[in-house]
Amino acid sequence: MARVLIIGEHDGQTLNPATAKTVQGAGGLGIADLDVVLFGTELDAVAAQAAALDGVKRVLTVSHDDFVHPLAARIAPEVAAMAGDYSHILTGSSTFGKDLLPRAAALIGVNQVSDIMEVIDARTFKRPIYAGNAIVTVEVPEGGPVVGTIRTASFAAAGEGGSAEISALDPQADNPGHTRFVRVEGGGGDGPDLASADVVVSGGRALGSSDNFAIIYSLAQKMGAAVGASRAAVDAGYVPNELQVGQTGKIIAPDLYFAIGISGAIQHLTGIKDAGTIVAINKDAEAPIFEIADFGLVGDLFTLVPELEQAL
Amino acid sequence: MKILVTIKRVVDYNVRVRVKPDGSGVETDGVKMSINPFDEIALEEALRIKERGEAEEVIVVSIGGNEVQQQLRTGLAMGADRAIQVETDQPVQPLTAARTLLKLVEKEQPGIVFLGKQAIDDDCNQTGQMLAALWDRPQAAFASKVELADGKATVTREVDAGLEVNEVDLPAVMTSDLRLNEPRFVKLPDIMKAKRKPLDVLALADLGVEPAADLVARAYEPPPKRGGGKMVGNVAELVAELKNKGLL
Repeated sequence: MARVLIIGEHDGQTLNPATAKTVQGAGGLGIADLDVVLFGTELDAVAAQAAALDGVKRVLTVSHDDFVHPLAARIAPEVAAMAGDYSHILTGSSTFGKDLLPRAAALIGVNQVSDIMEVIDARTFKRPIYAGNAIVTVEVPEGGPVVGTIRTASFAAAGEGGSAEISALDPQADNPGHTRFVRVEGGGGDGPDLASADVVVSGGRALGSSDNFAIIYSLAQKMGAAVGASRAAVDAGYVPNELQVGQTGKIIAPDLYFAIGISGAIQHLTGIKDAGTIVAINKDAEAPIFEIADFGLVGDLFTLVPELEQAL
Repeated sequence: MKILVTIKRVVDYNVRVRVKPDGSGVETDGVKMSINPFDEIALEEALRIKERGEAEEVIVVSIGGNEVQQQLRTGLAMGADRAIQVETDQPVQPLTAARTLLKLVEKEQPGIVFLGKQAIDDDCNQTGQMLAALWDRPQAAFASKVELADGKATVTREVDAGLEVNEVDLPAVMTSDLRLNEPRFVKLPDIMKAKRKPLDVLALADLGVEPAADLVARAYEPPPKRGGGKMVGNVAELVAELKNKGLL
């Protein structure tokens, strides 16, 4: 039976763009029977958004107070209980998916394909390894479903002309009770979401301080862009962790990316190589970022960035 | 309480990995090998927990051929009390690794199993979550802060939305993120001392692990290269180029 299950990600109000990209990525499987399952409470609004995605046949909602916060230990057994009806179980390679899906895969008894960047056929995929320094083509053996995360930067979002049917399911597993959500800190901000923004302005260690990062925020605001950062800038405490772009941060694919005061370590480059156009501003003409930038400008960022903002 | 820490031997962080010309794999001959950096962070955290008096013993474990003893010795030099090598000459994928670790967990009964959130070779980010599933215990993945009290851990986790705090009952699995700590440097006398610490070798074949069906690697290729860029002389030129491409 060829049938795809995508685990939708949402915050209670809005479907995360990772889900629309996962639906698009799953399109390459050539399987028309595609369900999106949502775990949460009061899921009507989110279910309607999922039902509108092109390619989705059914939206399944599983409502329970246990799902107010998406805990992997609670949701993974639900996914595993549904697995028998599906040939493919997918979600986006956000921290939600990275946390949840391996737990479900182990319960199902299969290895997971992490960060699918290209679908070759229904059981063969390309994925990056070694921080993107190599691409491996892997085949999933017969004998179990394909369980995988979709590298969202590799796919556009599915269109919104669909009208899938929506039906409710009951939870099938119990709350193990050993894991409790306490709180989430940070996030928020007024700008667009870093993971899905069309334009991203990132700053690096050369900014020198949290205060100096104001020129990055100012340029981003002028452009309607999201703010990002290199690992070095996050480690130094200039900006919070959720702004980190790279191998272990967010992998993004904006139309336009500004790397400002970022030297361009391979671990950062792997997070931006799907960007449409990369602009680098750095005082070191030898910085590796210039090897991959579409447009490079050598000079003092504290002069050039305000000048750029003026010119826009 | 015991803490079990996993150590994977990987190509060093600073090595620029190259795909073999025939596409059969990546070049690892003569390449510097190290402890997976995330595992080093996990070990550092375990050692700090022990140094605070909240654990009695830190055990490092690695799965692989005798070459992994080099990384286990480094772990012992950092301060682990003893080491276990699960000996196999075959590469082990995450589900088999998790099933193997479960056997050690049943034997050692640790309060915490600490892993790196991902290995920097296969970038899978799976083994910790899989072990937690098989063990039917909590997982605190991507940890950037760990506090222990009363048989529970309060763990701050790096997630896309920011920092999420979870409370988990022990025993539990934790996986380390980058900002959990900065691992200590190993000093020469500690390397000498590490040579006398116990390192047990168990054959994977003797543990009764059901091998999982592995993903089959069909081909390796280098990533597509981005085309050569263009240097501009000033902000006005940059703006003109971006306008020309319809980006402004």
